[in-house]
Formats: sequence, structure tokens, C-alpha cells
Amino acid sequence: MVEVFGIPSYALFGQLLIGLINGSFYALLSLGLAVIFGMLDVINFAHGAQYMMGAFAAYLMLQYLGLDYWVALVIVPFLIAATGIVIERLFLQHIRKLDHLYGLILTFGLALIIEGLFRNEFGSSGKPYQIPALLQGGRNLGFMFLPNYRAWVIAFSLVVCFATWFAIERTRLGSYLRAATENPALVRAFGINVPRMVTLTYGFGVGLAALAGVMAAPIYNVSPQMGSDLIIVVFAVVVIGGMGSILGAILTGFALGVIEGLTKVFFPEASSTVIFVIMAIVLLIRPAGLFGRTA
Amino acid sequence: MPDTSALLAVTDLQAWYGESHILHGTTFEVRAGEVVTLLGRNGVGKTTTLKSIMGMVEQRTGSVRFDGRELIRLSSDAIARAGIAICPEERGIFSSLDVRENLLLPPQLLPGGLDLDHIFALFPNLRERQASQGTKLSGGEQQMLAIARILRTGARLLLLDEPTEGLAPVIIQQIGRTVGALKAQGFTILLVEQNFNFAATIADRYYVMEHGRIVDHFPTAALAANMGKLHEYLGV
Repeated sequence: MVEVFGIPSYALFGQLLIGLINGSFYALLSLGLAVIFGMLDVINFAHGAQYMMGAFAAYLMLQYLGLDYWVALVIVPFLIAATGIVIERLFLQHIRKLDHLYGLILTFGLALIIEGLFRNEFGSSGKPYQIPALLQGGRNLGFMFLPNYRAWVIAFSLVVCFATWFAIERTRLGSYLRAATENPALVRAFGINVPRMVTLTYGFGVGLAALAGVMAAPIYNVSPQMGSDLIIVVFAVVVIGGMGSILGAILTGFALGVIEGLTKVFFPEASSTVIFVIMAIVLLIRPAGLFGRTA
Repeated sequence: MPDTSALLAVTDLQAWYGESHILHGTTFEVRAGEVVTLLGRNGVGKTTTLKSIMGMVEQRTGSVRFDGRELIRLSSDAIARAGIAICPEERGIFSSLDVRENLLLPPQLLPGGLDLDHIFALFPNLRERQASQGTKLSGGEQQMLAIARILRTGARLLLLDEPTEGLAPVIIQQIGRTVGALKAQGFTILLVEQNFNFAATIADRYYVMEHGRIVDHFPTAALAANMGKLHEYLGV
């Protein structure tokens, strides 16, 4: 048996893989939160619930409509994004001028309602979701066993994160977004419909959460509280990376997933708290986060 | 009453920021091809007048007619599409955008905007600095960028808010030549200026504001005769 630092390689790389998987979800979710916060100044506490809705939408489409994973992967983000657009039009646009706290409380309330409705309808025990046939099985890399689906999740979330970063930092539409984050009134005076852009941005962030939900369905059980379990960690990731930083959200997401995984190998007792310890240290040294701009 | 055939006719314009009532019935006009300057001390409502025309204040009443069309109820993006563009006092250069992105940010809304070659001919410094972060430019370059980017849009009326504020005399001269060149190309310009000597080199007419109202106006030809009054208005 191969050993690294006195640890069997299967255990080490196994945890590293779990860390990368968790990191993929941290990155996708904190990316959506960062995009939403940058544009709307709203800390979207409904993000976990929207992730859960994505997973449930995939589950229900398979159960009742016979639509498989690949169809869900394309349709569900748009479907859940549409619910986000309704929320923005109905509620969020009216509290834009108020303090951050109102958006936080409103979305927190929405999260509780959404989760309550799902728990009432589906119970709190998880529903299984099959790994799509194409990605079943795995391969032995010699130093570890790599399930195909998990490799896909890591690769696909990297692609999605990169595409989002590229769209925001390197395209014309992205320059509108960045400018409107800094000075929405002036961007609007240049003839750009900023309120519509804000609505679509919220829809996009929610769509990212739903996409993560679909990807998570075959890995974690599809259950009403799957979002609230994850979202606390994701908020810690966002705080560490710095609110509103796109690249920061992505890098911190993956890095913290890996750190959490490695902690499970070397000091398992700390694995559930290590992210919060890092958060406390970062807040002491750099209150704006590792990649954050000081306001 | 303003001349309603003018390109811009502002009548009894009132504006508020929250509880504070800033404009108390401002009335004036700008004819096509003119450079008109609003003069007045700090806090008399010059910037608010520009922002109200552009639809950037919370609440406004009265009438703003542009090219025969009433704008008072339109949002600022619709006003931009009607053909007005603003260069704000704080310049509004975006720090998360490089110079080129800043320059290309305002979309082309109407035909007749200047193309990039034309803009770089007016502002040669900007060509070399395209990849720099917007806010890394010097104050003068930022001011030129703020003016340059609204020339592409096809806007016919430019609202320039204190373009010379805080700049060195040699830069002020350059901006003066640029505004002159823009006028020669057919742009109509409404300028807010504290720097009276600068305004005198380019303006066709002046309006003087006090307490949110226009209290006086005269053409450049009558400038010398009105010097005494002006010094009183401006407290210089």
C-alpha cells in the first residue's frame, strides 16, 4: 500500500477528492452569492433553499416526467431562476434603498417558508437520485479510486466558474455589471436599463444555485434541509473570500473544500470547525476578506 | 418663458433630494449648437439642474422639453436614449473597468456619435492608456475620459459638470480647446462652471443661478458690461 506522510494514499486522496467535491459546491454557491451581493447589495439567505429547489426539481422531473439528469441540468437552472426573478420583482426591488439587513431578513424568511413547504410535502428523509448511466462506475488511478460522476462534478463546476468569471470580467455585458455595481445611477444615465439588469442578475445567481442543486442530487440525498446544512459553510466561505469578489468566491470555495478534506485526514476532530476557525482568523487580519475591496 | 423652439427648454423646474427642496422653479433654454454656461456659487443648484435634466434626482416637477419632447416623467435611461449625455462633476470613472472599457461603456444609442479614431484624435493621451485601470489615470486624463466616453453615444446635448475642477491650467486649456472642437462639430453643450475665466473662453451665453432659480442671463458680448454684477453674484 502506498503511503504519503504516513497516511495510506487511498485515505488521503479519497478525502482530497471529497474536499474538491465539497469545494465545487462551495465555489458554485458562493459565486452566486457574490454576484448577487455585488449587484443587489442583498445577502441572499434564500440561496440554500434555491439550491435545494434545484435538486428537488431534478428529482421531481425524473420521478413524474421521466426527464433525466441531462435534461434537468439544462432546464432546472432556468426554471428556478424564473422563481428568483419573481421574488426580485415582487419583493427585493422594493427594499433596494433600505439597509442590507432588510434584504437579509426577507430572504431568510423566504428560505424558511420554502423549506417548510418542501418538508411538509416530502418529509425530511432524503430521496435518492440515481447517478446518470453515462457517469456510473469509476476508474482506478493507482493511488486512488475516482468515481466518474465525482470527476464530472469537479470538472463541470470548474468550467461553470470559469465561464462566469470570464463573462463578468472580460465581456461587454460584464463591464455593464461591474460598472453598475459601482455606480448604478450613472450607468443608467448612459442609457442602460439597470433595473432589468439587476433582476436578471438575481435570476442568474439563483440559477447557479439551482445548477449546483442538480449536480448535488446524485451525491447527497435530495432533502428539504440539504440547503440549510450547506449554506452556513458557504457564508463562511464568502466572508473569507471577501463579499462581492468573483475570483475570491471561486478560489476560496475550492481551497476551503480541500482544507476541510485534509483536516479530516490529519485532525478529524477539527474537520467541522476548521472553516470557521479560518474565518475568525481572516476577519481579525483582513476584515474585508482575502480578496475583498475595502469599502 | 423659454423659447420653446430651442433644443432644450427647461420651465419651472423644481427638484428635491429627500426632504430638501433644491430647485425652486428654474427656467432657461439652450438652442442647438450653443455652449451655455450656468454660473453661481456652491450649493445654488447648478449640479442639481444637470441631474434633473438627466432624470437623476429622486423627485422633480416642471417641464424639460428636448427636441420638442417632454422628458420630465422619463427615467434616466430613456432620457439618454432621447439624446442627452452627462459628464458628472465627480467624473464617475469606474475603478473596476480599464480605460478602454470605460470608454466603450456607454452604448451607442443614436446615429451620429464619434468613432474611436475621432475620439483618440481629440484625446491622444487616452490611446496609449487604454489598458490602464480607469482610476489610475491622472485627474486631467480622467476628465478627458469622462468627456470622451459620452461622445460615442450619439447624444446631441452634452451636460458637462465642472470639467476644470481641480485641474492644472495647461489641462484646463486643453479641455477648453476640446469643448471648442466639439462645438464646431455641432454638439450642443450645457456647462456648469465655477471657473469663470474658463467659461468666458468658450460660452455663447450665461445664466446665473441663486437659491435654485435663474436670476440673470446675458450673452458673451455683454460680459464686460456685466462684470460688476457678476462679481457680486459669484462673490469673487
